[in-house]
Amino acid sequence: MKVFIAQPLRSYTNAAEVEADGQDLSELLLDLDRRYPGIRFRIIDEQERMRQHVKFFVNRQQVGRLDVPLAPHDEVHILQALSGG
Amino acid sequence: MADTTRGKPEIRLLVSTKKGLWTLTSDSDREHFAIEGPEFLGHIVNHAVPDPRDPRTILVAARTGHLGPTIFRSRDLGKTWQEASRPPAFPKVEDGDAKARAVSHTFALVPGHPSEPDLWYAGTSPEALFRSEDGGDTWSGVAGFNDSPWASAELPWASEEGVEPTPGTPDGDILHSVVIDPRDPTHLYVATSANAGGVFESRDRGESWTPLNRGCDANFAPDPEKMEVGFDPHCLQAHPLAPDQLWQQNHCGIYRIERPAERWERVGDNMPAEVGDIGFPISLHPRQPDTAWVFPMDGTDVWPRISPGGRPAVYRTRDAGRSWTRCDRGLPDGQAWFTVLRQAMALDANDPVGVYFGATCGEVWGSRDEGDSFRCLASHLPFVLAVETMTLPA
Repeated sequence: MKVFIAQPLRSYTNAAEVEADGQDLSELLLDLDRRYPGIRFRIIDEQERMRQHVKFFVNRQQVGRLDVPLAPHDEVHILQALSGG
Repeated sequence: MADTTRGKPEIRLLVSTKKGLWTLTSDSDREHFAIEGPEFLGHIVNHAVPDPRDPRTILVAARTGHLGPTIFRSRDLGKTWQEASRPPAFPKVEDGDAKARAVSHTFALVPGHPSEPDLWYAGTSPEALFRSEDGGDTWSGVAGFNDSPWASAELPWASEEGVEPTPGTPDGDILHSVVIDPRDPTHLYVATSANAGGVFESRDRGESWTPLNRGCDANFAPDPEKMEVGFDPHCLQAHPLAPDQLWQQNHCGIYRIERPAERWERVGDNMPAEVGDIGFPISLHPRQPDTAWVFPMDGTDVWPRISPGGRPAVYRTRDAGRSWTRCDRGLPDGQAWFTVLRQAMALDANDPVGVYFGATCGEVWGSRDEGDSFRCLASHLPFVLAVETMTLPA
């Protein structure tokens, strides 16, 4: 499925839009990390909590859990809020 | 850039800032420093550290304000970088405890003993110790410390429910210092600024730890003499040639101890009263065990924590803290209100020793005469978090 990547993470993907697979968001992130090693830990901590300023959208609806089921034609956005000086 | 260093050893300063990493390079005369960078632009670089066992290796602890922490490694003096495949991280807690620890950032990187060439230690926030045995590619927690009461978020003096722990530093509790006995790689000291903070000693490679804080003040607690932990060392160092001589710049003064003594002596009492002995960094002469440098900050009134009186100065002792000399020649003589953080002062090993510090105002200062005089080597950089030196052969 299509995954849109926030700008601060594109040093891993070299692209704004990539493909990755998974039955849910958690599996999708594992697949992303296989394709782009290191990216997962920048957005998910070791307790599998979303990092504070990273936001996930499935089909343009924000989700707050990693067990959200995904279908092959879903569209996932991984976005990041920016603040501070 | 013109090569001004050909034929002489190079001195490099790795300047870690809130917005990236810069490198200052000079020949061994240390007259002219060329600046290069930034590397990792936009990253909060907490610590960039050369490996004295392999002079082409550098490790960098970095994060951004919004992404998780990681480690970058270079084996070609910073020309190329590889990200650690498993950065420091706590074990996953299976029950989904909302308070389960996660590494906010790696604060300090420390090369291991010379006999263990791929070993590194890392101190993190929250306060924890990690070890890599493969040159910094994969990291594991040192459970003997991380699962001990000394890495607890509990206030050691809190007895009533409802007393909430507060972070030990504005950026969270940290394990900031790791000292390895050059005679014995299993003999370690660490220091933390944390709720159960202090200096701790291990004689079994980190499996068990004993607090070493007697004699230190803790003016934020009612009865420090009765406390084992709850202290606030800011920076811990041991002299490489006399490793039983430990020094610490503490939240509450400058202290020194000669093991096997168990009680720290406040040698900062010998600092001028109008300056005091509050500060963050302390650096030890590579060859003279009684010589050390500190950078005092204002600990009076509401704790401004900037240069006392707006007149920054390094203070140097050559007699193990019995007396201190003000070293301010070349530094601003007024209206200069910066701070030097605990990892932001460093020495080179030349003779005479070079003394360097990076300031929160984005300046880097250096002395090539052991502090007798200083020059500004770089300005207009971001907030400086750390300075380390490396010497490269010609």
